[in-house]
Amino acid sequence: MNWKWEVFFDALPLVTKGLTITISLTIICYLFALLFGFVWVFLRRIPSKIINWIVTWTMEFIRSTPPLVQLFFLYFGWPMVPVVGVSLSPFTCAVIGLGIHTSTYIGEVYRSGIESVDKGQWEASTALNLTTRQKWLKIILPQAVPPTIPMLGNYFIILFKEVPLASTVGVLGILALANNYGAAHFRYLEPLTIVALLFLLLSYPSSLLINKLEKKMNRRFDKKSSTGSISM
Amino acid sequence: MVEPIVQFKDVHKSFGEFDVLKGIDLNIAPSEKICIIGPSGSGKTTIIRMLMTLEEPTSGDIYVNDANLWKMERAGKMVPANEKHLRQVRGDIGMVFQHFNLFPHMTILDNCMVGPIHVKKESKDEAKQHSEEMLKRVGLEEHMDKYPSQLSGGQKQRVAMARALVMKPKIMLFDEVTSALDPELVGEVLEVIRNIAETGETAMVLVTHEMDFALEVADRVLFLDDGVIAESGTASEVIEHSENKRLQSFLRRFRNSD
Repeated sequence: MNWKWEVFFDALPLVTKGLTITISLTIICYLFALLFGFVWVFLRRIPSKIINWIVTWTMEFIRSTPPLVQLFFLYFGWPMVPVVGVSLSPFTCAVIGLGIHTSTYIGEVYRSGIESVDKGQWEASTALNLTTRQKWLKIILPQAVPPTIPMLGNYFIILFKEVPLASTVGVLGILALANNYGAAHFRYLEPLTIVALLFLLLSYPSSLLINKLEKKMNRRFDKKSSTGSISM
Repeated sequence: MVEPIVQFKDVHKSFGEFDVLKGIDLNIAPSEKICIIGPSGSGKTTIIRMLMTLEEPTSGDIYVNDANLWKMERAGKMVPANEKHLRQVRGDIGMVFQHFNLFPHMTILDNCMVGPIHVKKESKDEAKQHSEEMLKRVGLEEHMDKYPSQLSGGQKQRVAMARALVMKPKIMLFDEVTSALDPELVGEVLEVIRNIAETGETAMVLVTHEMDFALEVADRVLFLDDGVIAESGTASEVIEHSENKRLQSFLRRFRNSD
């Protein structure tokens, strides 16, 4: 099999079109996961042993089963569950499935960030008589979140690379479209090369962006610089 | 007799098996200045942490302005206080910590403004004006736009005091505020405390190892030993003329280590 540029350029528009779906699915899944991550954190902070146990094991369960299995379960299995089962559109199914899967990791990232905030910060907030809500929003989260940004960014890139799994339940993203093109023209090399190139083209700058963001946060935060140093 | 602003009534505190405080009775008058001294582990800090609601007493009652701090009435019964009740009662209390606990993500000025804006509901301009005045008072007006990490320990502790004072507390708690400082920085912090003491604007409870300072500013010194207040009196009565053997040995050890 030899490389043909005309096939490459012929496949390019179709495959690129798939990219928009892949990107929008990634972003929506990610936003879902960022929000749902907080749900895990707050559920775990409920001072009840039973709830704690249930939440911990649910998270563990979700993390130790492959996302593909979860997608299949949601798409094919869930509608058959009596009473609560409803059938979901492929896109919704992908958002919920991949979103919840990622949220269990993101919840852990949040937790590590929150635990890294010194106990004294809570105490000082109490001494100023801030409300619980103000403590979280003004004092704790602004310190807990910035150090987690690189990890959150990595999960974004991991999610981006996992999103093609959604094609198994019928969301035609970049990979599915490239594959369809290949099947129709009996040429897989060029369209799949485009897929790989596009992923590289997006993943690499994203990780550079994350690095930059991390540096910026550290500078603004100025936590590591020693006493008396002046940073601009 | 003046109405006390704070009352401890038979307050006990245990951490697990360990009984730290074994019955504390204490009245604090408005603008009274009290120093608590005693060996480490004697529960000095625990007393003020319970008053700041950072530690819950195991038994006994604490009253602030005649309101029970840790208990509230619900349907005619006394039940453990909820967050809302705690916030209401502790509103007049401010605290300065050993390790400053400034908010590292905010400038010095913002550190001072966060309380007035969000708790006292002052406008931004008011809060800024009050905070600037207070920072001026502790001699840090030139550093307002810096972050805590850019200051020395002594400066940080002065910011922490400005941050507490701008809330206009009626009771100020100082938890070994000079212990984490280099010796040459202790003076500037004590100077600010002296200044607060002179104005008489607030009652003060200081947990301290600075005996000379205690002698100078305290209306009353408490010697805490083995979970109880073993000695109580004016500074000179307790530090210079007490017959209490354990107090004498504590002071001797303390002076030797100086």
